[in-house]
Amino acid sequence: MDWMNMSALEVGKKIKAKEIGVEEVTKAALDRIAEKDKDVNAFITVCADEAMAQAKKVQKGIDEGTLTSPLAGVPMAVKDNMCTKGILTTCASKILTGFKPFYSSTAVNRLEEAGAVILGKLNMDEFAMGSTSETSFYGPVVNPWGSQRSPGGSSGGSAAAVAAGEAFYTLGSDTGGSIRQPASFCGVTGLKPTYGSVSRYGLIAYASSLDQIGPLGKNVEDVAEVLSIISGHDPKDSTSVPSGAIQTQLTGDIKGKRIGIPKEYFGDGLQADVKERVLAAAKKLEEMGAIVEEFSMPETDYAIPAYYIIACAEASSNLSRFDGVKYGYAAPEYKDLTDLYYKSRSQGFGMEVKRRIMIGAFVLSSGYYDAYYKKALQVKAVIKQSFDRAFETFDCILSPTAPTTALKLGESLSDPLKMYLGDIYTVSVNLAGLPSLVVPCGFDKEGLPVGLQLTGKAFTESQLLNIGYAFQQATDYHLHLPETKKEA
Amino acid sequence: MKITDEMIDYIGILARLQLDESEKESAKNEMEKIINYMDVLNEVDTTGIEAMSHAFPVKNVFREDEVRPSVDRELITLNAPKKKDGCFQVPKTVE
Repeated sequence: MDWMNMSALEVGKKIKAKEIGVEEVTKAALDRIAEKDKDVNAFITVCADEAMAQAKKVQKGIDEGTLTSPLAGVPMAVKDNMCTKGILTTCASKILTGFKPFYSSTAVNRLEEAGAVILGKLNMDEFAMGSTSETSFYGPVVNPWGSQRSPGGSSGGSAAAVAAGEAFYTLGSDTGGSIRQPASFCGVTGLKPTYGSVSRYGLIAYASSLDQIGPLGKNVEDVAEVLSIISGHDPKDSTSVPSGAIQTQLTGDIKGKRIGIPKEYFGDGLQADVKERVLAAAKKLEEMGAIVEEFSMPETDYAIPAYYIIACAEASSNLSRFDGVKYGYAAPEYKDLTDLYYKSRSQGFGMEVKRRIMIGAFVLSSGYYDAYYKKALQVKAVIKQSFDRAFETFDCILSPTAPTTALKLGESLSDPLKMYLGDIYTVSVNLAGLPSLVVPCGFDKEGLPVGLQLTGKAFTESQLLNIGYAFQQATDYHLHLPETKKEA
Repeated sequence: MKITDEMIDYIGILARLQLDESEKESAKNEMEKIINYMDVLNEVDTTGIEAMSHAFPVKNVFREDEVRPSVDRELITLNAPKKKDGCFQVPKTVE
């Protein structure tokens, strides 16, 4: 039996039952990474020695009864924009060359306390800026479903590692769709929690008002379990909400749940077989007792410009901390302090990051602030109101995750605006701070996965996960693996 | 809107980024395309709508004013490219 194809909770159960040892399963995961990752490139850093040492420690904790989480001992991996104590943390950027944080992010700490074994750090778009995982200084991630395909981004490594069976679950981060779109492209389950549900302490900031850490896994149960560990108030993040961890009751009963379909999400530019699969999923939920209705969200077209203005503005401010003085890359030659700043930043950042910093500096600059930045914040309020209205009628909004299935590698790099437009269905969720779940809902005509996006009112993760769970109880799309595709 | 050479140079100063000539040319073209696309927001009537910086009304988050140890200097400067006597070292700024 190939353990790496099992879900995280199944492995956790086998560890508890002493059918597998933690060291044994960690070794199996590391072997799998050694075998697969030369093709997938999901990992920037594999910490084999640290993982084996942790595995030994965790096994002892389980044996002694101090580690009782259902995920204790299960090997996982972390997107490389979350600080991990003593382990290289790069944000897939040259500018963080050699950076080893002296502390771990709260999400990582909580997982380690629950007995997680960290296999390594996952590849991504540089500073999470991109939708294809191709802007990484460490080379592009390749979608396990097709050697010419992008896994999506920016959490491309987090999604690809789960799809390739290199880790049982992963952490990603989502600023404008960066967990959901790769989950969709790689056929895995991913959750962007409500803003403030998971502490951002130790997450290297891209756009602080939109960034949110969340789990990716093989199914809804795994994702819900990880959420219960990483969520809950953290005094170190002042935007973290003062409530406890999110515990989910997965009953699979969705009778009477009202599901809204925004008709603007199904217009021009949506790939025909994506539309077909998503509407078929809506039908399935209806058969299971949900009430599905169409409605209108006319503000959809304004979400992308508002998102990019706000995200770039925040990025230009957040990324000013990279100056060649405190950590990471410093230019070897410079005239004076200002020149050190200029050269370290110009040599250390990649082109997409530079572009977003410059757009941000522009929209915040004197004379343009009101026309762009302030306007975008007003449009954000309009979009939030539009969701508030929708949730007066509906429990959940169902939509495609992206207009297409996985893009060909290289296709988006030449045209940044085109890449931005691919985020049409995901960015408004971040602007409104809402939770949103992606579950696999079928395949396109080339056999590439399609993801269904379910968005809920703030702090209704539990309900959202239950709808996703019900869908996975009735379908088997989440059980498909890239390898079975090749055999077929 | 047209993004001029002067604008790109000014943005470069604000962002502390130096672009070479070919980078500058492509940045100009792409930024112009992107900024012009963003102008679509002018279609939205936002009269009387307050700018919203956070999706939820979070303000004035306080904690108890308790004395706690700070992080060791050694740890803070652990990753510094250059350091001296427990401080970050930078080129001379005052003659």
